[in-house]
Amino acid sequence: MKKAWVLIPLAVFVAMLVFLGVGLKLDPREVPSPLIDKPVPTFSLQTLDEPSRLLSSADMRGQVWLLNVWASWCGGCREEHPTLVEFAQTRAVPIVGLNYKDQPDDARRWLGRLGNPYIASVSDLDGRTGIEFGVYGVPETFVIDKAGVIRHKQIGPITPDILRDTILPLVKKLNAV
Amino acid sequence: MLPFLFAVLLAPAFAKEAAPVAADPVAEARLMQLSSELRCLVCQNQTIADSNAELAVDLRNEIREKIQAGMSDAEIKDFMVARYGDFVLYRPPVKNTTLVLWIGPFLLLAVGGGILVFNLKQRRQRAADPALSHDEAALAESLLHTDPTKETT
Repeated sequence: MKKAWVLIPLAVFVAMLVFLGVGLKLDPREVPSPLIDKPVPTFSLQTLDEPSRLLSSADMRGQVWLLNVWASWCGGCREEHPTLVEFAQTRAVPIVGLNYKDQPDDARRWLGRLGNPYIASVSDLDGRTGIEFGVYGVPETFVIDKAGVIRHKQIGPITPDILRDTILPLVKKLNAV
Repeated sequence: MLPFLFAVLLAPAFAKEAAPVAADPVAEARLMQLSSELRCLVCQNQTIADSNAELAVDLRNEIREKIQAGMSDAEIKDFMVARYGDFVLYRPPVKNTTLVLWIGPFLLLAVGGGILVFNLKQRRQRAADPALSHDEAALAESLLHTDPTKETT
């Protein structure tokens, strides 16, 4: 009986070790978004290509689409860009770019040099639309369903693995509805 | 030379930040109070009041505008939580998912206190008890009074 008591500190220690071990694997930068399963924030912004033309969130109704928040000053965006360009060629889902707090000239040059995966990019010059979307670390990508509801948020660069394992299956599922 | 250079370089930034304070000290005090309770998501261990990350500056401006628009502190916090989640609050609300966070420390304290009291009581009992039972005392006594020289035969 006495021996069982001696084991308790060891058990507590092992439990703590497990918790800390799991904690190491978690990314503290990935904060769950409260916007999941909420309607996409409305926006109506100038498009990057044609500033006189506006694109609004309502224009995208009726189709599954991705909103990718990017900027020419953002390193992670550059990292994920080839993946996006390649993905866009499959025409699996339209991608709208939210050009976050960027200089439109820089942004246009950036797309000209690295390729343009977007059906259109809109300029969020002052970052207000980004705040509506709860953006805190570019790049971020939202998967939005036909009814205009946010279904998934990817924080940080998209990798081919994330596309294949998470985003593409979700897009297919949403398209089937 | 270098500090001077820095001062010159930073001066416009400070000026930009400082301007609204003069405009409305009451609103600015509220802004500081509010933003010191909100977490900056870019540099997670700083408040929006402390952080100089661009997002924190933007959010301070957003809060400033909301104060000027006459929104209450609770409404502004709700606005932030709706976009960034409970994580932005340094004081998370009490609900099912945060219950452990709120009562966990008290629970641990109670358990630790319980163990301490239990151990202290046991120790006191041990101290109060005679060191040897009646039989043991008798045995010790008899051993002490036997002559060791006689025993070794």
